[in-house]
Amino acid sequence: MSMNKEKDFGTPASVATQTVNLEIDGFKVTVPAGTSVMRAAASIGIDIPKLCATDSIEPFGSCRLCVVQIEGGRGMPASCTTPVGEGMKVVTQNKKLADVRRGVMELYISDHPLDCLTCSANGDCELQDMAGAVGLREVRYKPVTTHLNAEKDNSNPYFSFDPSKCIVCSRCVRACEETQGTFALTIDGRGFDSKVSPSQNQDFLSSECVSCGACVQACPTATLMEKSVIEHGQPEHAIVTTCAYCGVGCSFRAEMKGEQVIRMVPNKDGKANHGHSCVKGRFAFGYATHKDRITKPMIRASIKDAWQEVSWEDAINHAASELRRIQAKYGKDSIGGITSSRCTNEETYLVQKLIRAGFGNNNVDTCARVCHSPTGYGLKKTFGEASGTQDFDSVMDSDVIMVIGANPTDGHPVFGSMMKKRLRQGAKLIVVDPREIDLVNKSPHIQADYHLKLRPSTNVALINALAYVVVTENLVDEEFVKARCDVASFEKWRTFINQEKHSPEASEAITGVPAADIRAAARLYATEKNGAIYYGLGVTEHSQGSTMVIGIANLAMATGNIGRRGVGVNPLRGQNNVQGSCDMGSFPHEFPGYRNVADPVTRALFEDAWHTPLSGNPGLRIPNMFDAALDGSFLGLYCEGEDIAQSDPDIKHVHAALRAMECVIVQDIFLNETAKFAHVFLPGASFLEKDGTFTNAERRISPVRKVMRPLAGYADWEVTQMLSNALGYPMNYSHPSEIMDEIASLKPTFANVSYKKIDEMGSVQWPCNDENPEGSPTLHADHFLRDDGKGLFMLSEYVATSEKITPMFPLILTTGRILSQYNVGAQTRRTENNVWHSEDRLEIHPHDAEDRGVVDGDWVGIKSRAGETVLRALVTDRVQVGVVYTTFHFPESGANVITTDNSDWATNCPEYKVTAVQIAKVLAPSEWQQNYADFSEQQLEFLEAAQHNA
Amino acid sequence: MKTERLIKMANDISNYFNAEPDRKDAIAGVRNHIAHSWEPRMRKALIEYNQQDGSELTELARAAVSEL
Repeated sequence: MSMNKEKDFGTPASVATQTVNLEIDGFKVTVPAGTSVMRAAASIGIDIPKLCATDSIEPFGSCRLCVVQIEGGRGMPASCTTPVGEGMKVVTQNKKLADVRRGVMELYISDHPLDCLTCSANGDCELQDMAGAVGLREVRYKPVTTHLNAEKDNSNPYFSFDPSKCIVCSRCVRACEETQGTFALTIDGRGFDSKVSPSQNQDFLSSECVSCGACVQACPTATLMEKSVIEHGQPEHAIVTTCAYCGVGCSFRAEMKGEQVIRMVPNKDGKANHGHSCVKGRFAFGYATHKDRITKPMIRASIKDAWQEVSWEDAINHAASELRRIQAKYGKDSIGGITSSRCTNEETYLVQKLIRAGFGNNNVDTCARVCHSPTGYGLKKTFGEASGTQDFDSVMDSDVIMVIGANPTDGHPVFGSMMKKRLRQGAKLIVVDPREIDLVNKSPHIQADYHLKLRPSTNVALINALAYVVVTENLVDEEFVKARCDVASFEKWRTFINQEKHSPEASEAITGVPAADIRAAARLYATEKNGAIYYGLGVTEHSQGSTMVIGIANLAMATGNIGRRGVGVNPLRGQNNVQGSCDMGSFPHEFPGYRNVADPVTRALFEDAWHTPLSGNPGLRIPNMFDAALDGSFLGLYCEGEDIAQSDPDIKHVHAALRAMECVIVQDIFLNETAKFAHVFLPGASFLEKDGTFTNAERRISPVRKVMRPLAGYADWEVTQMLSNALGYPMNYSHPSEIMDEIASLKPTFANVSYKKIDEMGSVQWPCNDENPEGSPTLHADHFLRDDGKGLFMLSEYVATSEKITPMFPLILTTGRILSQYNVGAQTRRTENNVWHSEDRLEIHPHDAEDRGVVDGDWVGIKSRAGETVLRALVTDRVQVGVVYTTFHFPESGANVITTDNSDWATNCPEYKVTAVQIAKVLAPSEWQQNYADFSEQQLEFLEAAQHNA
Repeated sequence: MKTERLIKMANDISNYFNAEPDRKDAIAGVRNHIAHSWEPRMRKALIEYNQQDGSELTELARAAVSEL
């Protein structure tokens, strides 16, 4: 193992296909046109000194250290800003150049602390390296005034800003602009007074900085430095792995000192993130070693009892005997399991295999049930594959981008930055959202062309209205439809859409969006060369989630926006492995590869591979499990990596179901909310402690690599395997790569996937098989992946939700998440990210607040037909009149006490986005909150007792 | 299983397929959807409800459940 530091070529690569031949220091070199002289030199191992240049941002030409001489040219141009030319002859080293460079360095060092031996960047400082490279031996200048006493800014919890070490190279400013797109930094003042300024000379924490860390990574000195490096020193080896947060699936170098992570640095070669990251992935990894980690298995007879720490063997045997006892008493179908998108592919595959083959039923489900199950249904039906159609890079070829029910700058920040870059280049933007997300008008240099601010729950009426304009204004791509789609289904759909009730004018009464805006947006999407749709949970988490996905697919096919770069339908997956957990057969009606369990051919394939008969009946979905628990027919649950007691809707119902079960087995890294209802606790391993793979939103299978030993002794796949063996269904894998080999043998779109392949390519996008041996960045390029190769149009009638506002519940509550916290918050709440978001707040429009006498910061009770909770009010016009909004990152908030059992018709994905509520100013927490606080406190005492007695 | 919940689910499914212009296709759509994604005890409970009462089901859902 070594650091294997990534080479910095100084300037970004050129994408030109035309090449240029030149000579550098007598060596011939051929590079793409548009390449800088600096990069061309670096490509043949000639490193021209530099300070203000780095290959993640455009060249700036300010430091003058990279000057070169070009035969026939005048003066000494900066090699970073000088493009190569045919026949050019470049000299990078001679006495004149050396004198200039030494003079430049002398000036820099004259206003820089000479504390190299005690500096946190010692060993990783470009300024130090350049001083060595130019042979600096003395500093003749003795300035009267310096910046050496400039005050340090330690406000950010993860990095410090020490202006005394700043050389004003602007790399941080440019990284903030170009890489992140936040424009939080600037150079304030001129000449000697020039200094880096967060926002309006504020400290970092109170500025607009989103703490992505791009500036820290770009800084060539110790000016911007991770506090972990300041505390622990430089890392000594690095291992490439994949982030465990959102569905972007960023590639990171875990930079280590022994088994301690010093810092996470986004991998420049990462094909999803290209060296960028967000505050969660880069900095919020401390949860992995948080004191709340549980590292000993525990059991207890009842949730009213204290936990007892036991050996792994005892815990596994107890869990297995309880599951078998329940099956013997209540029947084979009385137990089941839930896996999570936070688990690796190999882990989810094993859990569903254990349940289907070991439990003998199909009662397996995953948290995609509550987020993107409608995506699986809608895209599988229409396109033939339950996944997005593009890679992330595709957005750089989009001419118009439609964002529906997603908030990329908060939920998928690294992809959000890429999208913002394309928008700053001039792509058009249509936002469909009840709420004013940052992309609408709060991101610098970006303004949505149309914000279709629809009423919650009216998505389908809106998508039909957009389609109506396409159909009635002759904007259909007839050639595409005829060649690529099922024409009969199209004609049926065209007749359906071409009804007056779908017109923008008729829909306006439903959606609240002016008809003229819908018409204009539809024309824009249909007439630009490349139109791409990106969507999130604002599409799926509705009673018509699946219908909306179908509507989106119809619109994309009708306009020919499928099958090439720049177009497509792209679900932005919430968690890191939503795509993967679905691919692995975690749904109760489908084997791996989305093949129905009732299909005898598929079932025979798996029976043969798994050496046991399998059930041909669909199993219970998560909400069905809860219902069955309460009717006494589902009494045992194995739950790995998921926190259903916080994340699922109508939480009182969920808690009642968990209390009704006789054996709840939770496998997790913390005593999460579900574990408080558990009888067996099996300690899990964080993503840093195991090998495996994650599949991100662009179908990219990326490596997860062990950088430290599992704190509890076992990786999660090993725990599942032990449980399976104890249940009498043998599993004998010695490494997750063997599990992947089995997956590849059973899932045609994974046929050529292996750890060897992933290691060679860095990552690979499925389908990866003989037809697509290097993977597939774009789906449906020549034909759709349905059996007949044709895209299928489906009807998409708007049906109003049954969750309606009434005089008793006159407001609509919708939910979402924020940049700094992640879903149920189990990870990010145990990091410094709480600095940015320490509680869930209720956003309410000033008019609605005034009507109720509520002012900013007041405690307000939120009541629905399901329950009541209390949050603090945040009065803002980001939400519409009549709509309130909250996040769900803190269990004590009880956001899901209010959400109801309403769900998507096809998949039972909960309608989180629409709950009719009333708001009133209150003085105390709700009864549920008080009761749950007591319950939670007691459960923590039970845990402490176990740890104390051990 | 809670019958009211199953009725709601079946009716929601029927509301989607109700747009099908051909009634046979609509019935088949509801029936196949339930057959392919509902666990047996759910199907059994709904079939029993339909046989004993069925009045809370939409007309389309009733027709489909009758074919399960």
